[in-house]
Amino acid sequence: MRIEQDVLKILLAALLLMAAIPWTAGKLSSDIFFEWPFFFEVAIGGLLAGVMYSLVALGFVLIFKASGVFNFSQGAMVLFSALTLVGLNELGVPIWLAIVFTLAIMVVLAVVIERVVLRPLVNQEHIILFMATIGITYFLDGFGQTLWGSEVKLLDLGIPNSPGLYFGGQILINDFDLVAALIAGILVISLAFFFQYTRIGRALRAVADDHQAALSIGIPLKHIWVIVWAVAGIVALVAGIMWGSKLGVQFSLALIALKALPVLILGGFTSVPGAIIGGLIIGAGEKLAEVFIAPMIGGGIEDWFAYMLALAFLVFRPQGLFGEKIIERV
Amino acid sequence: MSIKRIKTSIIAAAVISGLIGASAALAADSQFVGSLVYRTGPYAPGGIPWADGFADYIELLNARDGGINGVKLELEECDTAYNTDKGVECYERLKNKGSTGMPAVMPLSTGITYALLDRVVADKIPLITSGYGRADAADGRIFPYVFVPPATYWGGADIAINYIANQEGGYGNLKGKKIALVYHDSAYGKEPIKTLQALASQYGFQFSEFPVPHPGLEQKATWLKIGRQLRPDYVLMWGWGVMNATAIKEAAAVGFPREKFIGVWWSGNDADMIPAGDAAKGYKSLQFNGVGSDFGVHKQIKSELYEKGKGSAKSAENTGEVAYNRGLQSAFILTEALRGAMAEYGNKPMTGEQVAWAMDRLDISADRLKEVGADGLFDPIKLSCADHLGKGRAKVTQWDGSKWVAISDWIEPHATMLRSMYEASAAAYAKEKGITPRDCK
Repeated sequence: MRIEQDVLKILLAALLLMAAIPWTAGKLSSDIFFEWPFFFEVAIGGLLAGVMYSLVALGFVLIFKASGVFNFSQGAMVLFSALTLVGLNELGVPIWLAIVFTLAIMVVLAVVIERVVLRPLVNQEHIILFMATIGITYFLDGFGQTLWGSEVKLLDLGIPNSPGLYFGGQILINDFDLVAALIAGILVISLAFFFQYTRIGRALRAVADDHQAALSIGIPLKHIWVIVWAVAGIVALVAGIMWGSKLGVQFSLALIALKALPVLILGGFTSVPGAIIGGLIIGAGEKLAEVFIAPMIGGGIEDWFAYMLALAFLVFRPQGLFGEKIIERV
Repeated sequence: MSIKRIKTSIIAAAVISGLIGASAALAADSQFVGSLVYRTGPYAPGGIPWADGFADYIELLNARDGGINGVKLELEECDTAYNTDKGVECYERLKNKGSTGMPAVMPLSTGITYALLDRVVADKIPLITSGYGRADAADGRIFPYVFVPPATYWGGADIAINYIANQEGGYGNLKGKKIALVYHDSAYGKEPIKTLQALASQYGFQFSEFPVPHPGLEQKATWLKIGRQLRPDYVLMWGWGVMNATAIKEAAAVGFPREKFIGVWWSGNDADMIPAGDAAKGYKSLQFNGVGSDFGVHKQIKSELYEKGKGSAKSAENTGEVAYNRGLQSAFILTEALRGAMAEYGNKPMTGEQVAWAMDRLDISADRLKEVGADGLFDPIKLSCADHLGKGRAKVTQWDGSKWVAISDWIEPHATMLRSMYEASAAAYAKEKGITPRDCK
């Protein structure tokens, strides 16, 4: 991956500010407790949370890359896949087999969405496809709960949730966050490889540029869409497993899409690496702001701060850090 | 059309109109009960057991006693999905149903409560908010149609500090202690702040606030501040929905002892503990009702409904859940008010105004609780024209890994201090709205 000069400059400036602002806040205000080990503890916690955001953001990026459509239903897909997994498990299916079945169900869902929703809308305006994904959201939310119920379900993968002390006992990192970040990292690297080095990956990028041009050179659009929705479904399942074991499998899982939006704005809608780096910056940025800036203005800022941070990046890179620059002849 | 067909049509029409007439007559003799519930939406896990408890108690009265004093109860639910606009829509849809309309509304949401405050006065329908809504509605002179038994958030905050003082060996030992509040950043979550600030200045403990933005899926930064920076002696929580389990897990992640973490009743549902898993063990919560299903009323519900396949919940095992018991309690308060109203106005369906009259005089004694098999499950309630709250007591319970266990008796808040706070706040509301307080002498 080649990183442009100005992106590097922006990233370096962001890193410097992330350290300088908390340090200055600590010097200026007696309400703010600043020590370097604590700063790193917060920053690492934020980076690990950011990986979890990237996991959700990836699903959006995949579909946007292939169809230019913002898939509003990604959050609902996370909920639906997690509900299906736990529902099957509760019926007595062993967890590993339930994962396999759920993967198969997500692929079937991708086929159905392509047949019933997307195929009739080929070459329609993107906003029409976007509206169609809103419809899919409501369908999946309702259908998932009708099928599996609205009660909270426990998803226990046996990952410990205990605090671990590292770096001479000075920095606390939660074991669950480490494992979750590791799993998310493996998935992200696999996807990046898939897009960069496989024929399907290249075909996906071609479809993203122009549906009709891709069709004219023999790329089967309907297959590509099924593949990309299936991959997005699998990513949703991984996100559902990780977030579900953190929060319990319940309707609120669909709301984690909200945490992915600033990541997408910052990283760009078309870049897998953008989703990763965007997630890390948003995760660390919002946590540092909550701990080192919020006490001066009353607290509870991390959710809106994430959006503000993303918008600040847009001032310097309107297409997002790794988004594609759109150049059109007028 | 042949003559035979005309005859058949006339007979069919007569039979159908006869059936309609009969059902109308039945409806005229029965008491309509509207129930605003949320069995769908993000908060359904807490709403479902409440709705089941409410429905089961109404059905128990129908199945066992044929209703109240021979007047059958006709229950209709409307799903709000915990959404304020849907809640108002449900209220409008149900308020005129049945022969006398809805006798009372229990919206099960602070947002819907605020949206209905003016409407219930105009419609003369009592608004009963058990453990939520406006705490200052305890002043019945200014809120004649709003009732808040058995407890308010302000009372809850006071009870939590009372319990902590007890743990520390008395109020005198609170001086210098650090107590933090983690709260849902909304009108609901901010409710206990004034009370806690007043108590902090009175007893000399350090009080810190930690707002969590809705929905509270991510709280790592908040808990790093609490667990690694402030290191308080106790943490209180006014949380809601997914925020509760996340907070408990994050508390575990920073090693904060769950035994010193106390939530209000809305942070103490069984559904909140399930996703938190082992991290929830030892966590405490206030409850304004007893826990478990070892009460007479549960036994009757099981034998009259669940053994006959008529229960609302998935199985009889769900009948001991905290939220289920809250639903039972709400239905019990309403039906006791209906009994009171019938004693005055006769055994027939009651109007909202008649039920408001009975709520002003509601007296659920310890003997009455024994009679219905709810001794220890609910606290006695005695209301008056001026007092729409009662004692406002609650218990402290602890999650043992699979169920709630009561670890205190009923704790009474500082009645005098709170009453003056309720009156001051209600007076400000009356001034803003131009309400003349009614005479309760």
